Amino acid sequence: MNKFLLPLLGFIVLVGFLAAGLKLDPKIIPSPLINKAAPIFSVPTLFAENETISTEKMLGKVWLMNVWASWCAACRVEHPLINALAEQNLIEIVGLNYKDERDKAKQWLKVFGNPYTTIAYDFPGDVGIDYGVYGVPESFLIDKHGQIRYKQIGPFTAQSIEEELLPLIHTLQAES
Amino acid sequence: MKRLTPKYNLSLALKQCCIALMLLPLSLLAGSIEEHEFDTPAQEAIYGQLIKELRCLVCQNQNLADSNADLAKDLRKKTYEMVKAGKTQDQITEFMITRYGDFVLYRPPVKSTTYLLWIGPFVFLLLALIGLIRFSRRKKQTTDTPSTDELNTAKQHLKDL
Repeated sequence: MNKFLLPLLGFIVLVGFLAAGLKLDPKIIPSPLINKAAPIFSVPTLFAENETISTEKMLGKVWLMNVWASWCAACRVEHPLINALAEQNLIEIVGLNYKDERDKAKQWLKVFGNPYTTIAYDFPGDVGIDYGVYGVPESFLIDKHGQIRYKQIGPFTAQSIEEELLPLIHTLQAES
Repeated sequence: MKRLTPKYNLSLALKQCCIALMLLPLSLLAGSIEEHEFDTPAQEAIYGQLIKELRCLVCQNQNLADSNADLAKDLRKKTYEMVKAGKTQDQITEFMITRYGDFVLYRPPVKSTTYLLWIGPFVFLLLALIGLIRFSRRKKQTTDTPSTDELNTAKQHLKDL
């Protein structure tokens, strides 16, 4: 009996590790920016080259920054959800158009709809680097004090909006 | 009529084929390395080391030097600009970590959350060694001292001879 106990225990531990490993997604890298100040940027907007958008103007409100591009296939999948969120008038959604061409981006919005209050145009991808963007779409939820509180890597799903984003928006908006 | 010596030609063709195959990776590699000019050889060394140690986040099993992904290109450019501006290797590594986390490093730092990662393999090695020693000792004991029954049958066999 004792002879089999040790290998059995070892096997159970191994199975435990493997089971935990199955649930991990190597594509999701935890962001070090959560609960840190959102990197400051001041870049031109997509629709007007001489107009700039800066993060400082957003202080005092909870806002969502959605990183997208016309070349990004997953953004198309996600976009109806962002449109629906905008229709609820719950939160200001700022777009970050990432490494894209102006004309293509504008055309894309014409086809799929524009849920954004403003869109920052980041052709060189510098803002993307500051926010640690490595895959589009990504979204950042930023609180009244300008801190990043939540990051969505990859497209939102109806479930992740319902269960994670919306409750968090409500708590952050209730904060002083 | 002249006759070709097929054997010779075949081996030549094989040789040429082999050389072409050996050169193939070089041509692939050439695409991913941009030409950069540095002020000092030290800067060039820092740059070379950094792009080897920083991970490409899109294609996770490649470093910045090997990857052709857009993000890797951008991060190489960023690294180059910072090296050129006189930043130290530590400063640039710090810059990447604050944005992408420890994952951006190919060699994870030793800290409380990574102790298991660093020490784990040695723990397993130790356990395996202990197991091996115990196993071989037990085996030796059983083979060294045969039971009285075994001894008696052996003696009987010897007598029968």
